[in-house]
Amino acid sequence: MSAENVKKFISFDALPGFLARAAEKNAVYVPRREGNAVVYRSFKAGDEAELGVRPTESCKHVVFPRGEELFSFAREADKEEPGKRRLVLTEASEPGAAVVFGALSCDARGFLAFDPVYNGSGTGGTAKDSYYLRRRNRTLIVVKACKNALNTCFCNWVGGGPASPQGADVLAVEAEQGLVLDILSGEGTAFTESLPAASEAQLAAAAAAVKAAEDSLPKAADVSAAPASLAALFSSAEFWNKESAHCLYCGACTYLCPTCYCFNITDESDGLTGVRLRSWDNCMSPLFTLEASGHNPRPNKADRLKNRVGHKFSYYPSLHSGRFSCCGCGRCIKSCPSSVDIRKIVLDAVKEAANV
Amino acid sequence: MSIQDELKSAITAALPDVSCVVGWGAGPEPLRAAPLFIRGEADLEGFSAGFLSVNNPALYLPSLKGSKVGVVVKGCDARSVGQLAAETLIKREEVHVIGYPCRGVIDVDKVAAKLAGACETGEVAALREDGDDVLLNTPKGEVRLAKKDITADKCGRCAFPNAGNADVFVGERCAPVVTEDGYADIADFEARGLDELKAFWEQEMSRCIRCYACRNACPLCVCRDQCVAMSREPHWLSQGDGVRDKLFFQIIHAVHLSGRCTGCGECERACPLGIPVLKLKRALSRRVEKLFGYKAGGGDTPPLLTFLVEEPTIKERDWK
Repeated sequence: MSAENVKKFISFDALPGFLARAAEKNAVYVPRREGNAVVYRSFKAGDEAELGVRPTESCKHVVFPRGEELFSFAREADKEEPGKRRLVLTEASEPGAAVVFGALSCDARGFLAFDPVYNGSGTGGTAKDSYYLRRRNRTLIVVKACKNALNTCFCNWVGGGPASPQGADVLAVEAEQGLVLDILSGEGTAFTESLPAASEAQLAAAAAAVKAAEDSLPKAADVSAAPASLAALFSSAEFWNKESAHCLYCGACTYLCPTCYCFNITDESDGLTGVRLRSWDNCMSPLFTLEASGHNPRPNKADRLKNRVGHKFSYYPSLHSGRFSCCGCGRCIKSCPSSVDIRKIVLDAVKEAANV
Repeated sequence: MSIQDELKSAITAALPDVSCVVGWGAGPEPLRAAPLFIRGEADLEGFSAGFLSVNNPALYLPSLKGSKVGVVVKGCDARSVGQLAAETLIKREEVHVIGYPCRGVIDVDKVAAKLAGACETGEVAALREDGDDVLLNTPKGEVRLAKKDITADKCGRCAFPNAGNADVFVGERCAPVVTEDGYADIADFEARGLDELKAFWEQEMSRCIRCYACRNACPLCVCRDQCVAMSREPHWLSQGDGVRDKLFFQIIHAVHLSGRCTGCGECERACPLGIPVLKLKRALSRRVEKLFGYKAGGGDTPPLLTFLVEEPTIKERDWK
């Protein structure tokens, strides 16, 4: 960072007012407590952001909505030719700018797994996903660094850390009853313009907090052999049957995952009108691979879980410069109803492949 | 011999005759166990049954049909086995049921509420049971919690803690918490009035991510890949993200379970967003119980899967 990069500070007392002013200009998404869950909601003046507890879901839906209308259609009567209907297509309205305030650092890094798939870099610039990119380019991400690790956290296995700046426009570290803000992009500079510079004491407290958070993570396991190991076990039904025995093959892991980017496209009609919808899809679902012939190449949960783990730790890295499409947030472990642990599967695979 | 050792002996005795025994073992963190598939004595090492035995192992039985399997069950799990057998979704003779007296299981969300402000449940480094309490190692020091304060709600209305249909029962049968489920939770809830209930469900379902964990955790949701929500043609359910579509599926789920749901609560527990979807099923169970005098899980054929010329509780021939 350049010498002009001055870190800013905002006290927790001043935060609601700051967010309310930001929300006058853009949609601002903050983690909010709802029942037993913490989810990202559009901030309204008077709301309280939940910055103390790790959000149940990731913020990926801000950039990659669960259901995104691509266009709407209507079959209108053709006045020139009675009995015929004209198909009228209407493009969906452009999304506005958005701010995510209080993403986890793993969540921000999650978008780095999306980017090469959708920004055309994987296809030499030929296949760009404009729907993704327009939201991605208009979304500012303020990461709230974690103070410590949860049992299910493993961001340091896959290149992250509790206060990783990767993918963030602003990195916020809790210190002295507020947040010390490290400004990492031009958009971040504009967003934090009104705020005062952090004091020496605040900077020192923030640095100590980052150190404590990093120290709270257990030593990272070495998963560098995972891509080759998983590839070697591709045909081992025994291994995958065993690893997937207790899996429910629901989509909780996928839909809570900051890096799972698969989607479905359906026409949702209501009489003569409807919308073409892009919605989240997941490789645990039978429809994900069901072919028009009726054949399903992944008929059971072992095939599906193999794909999920293999994609993240083998196929994706082989296509995208070795990067895992896993940010180590551990939500798939924490929220799995049947306690499936992707760390265990990857480590078991490395061990198993070494014995083959 | 402790209950654990007795259960391990019962499992060991069963192993030669079954392809596996489903029970519980160590989970990814101290507050959570994981379903354990025991295929040989070596797998028994991690086995444990008790306060953390939350998952309903009956869930896996339909997928294991065709060979004899063993299953270790709590009272509520046993009722799922009973219901599956009553509906001929499994063959009872293909299942070796090992029961033990259940004194309730943990609700991790309740632990989270108790620890709120101090730490998250994911920061608990160790859990130790101490009689009626549990001791948790947290970053803020040791925390003692009474089990009764962190036990699942369903356990507070449990009339069947001892697997009634077990082939082998281990330990002393314990007294049920209640003799009759009065549906007090639902009565209070439904007393709210339609507008309030509508607003409640709209708010709750707005968190739904359509992961179908509720469905896939349900031991009686046997349609699986053939579920109505998995149909492309006809496209019964939209892929829309609206509350209407999401609640529509919940109502389908609840109606398909009316007179079948044994109230094991796995749908609600599995929901990563904490949506109280069991309430819908409980509301229907209460009506079925009142209308047909039927309680799912006892082994009798559900009233909506059969036909009686005269229902014992509906005296239409006396109507004038």
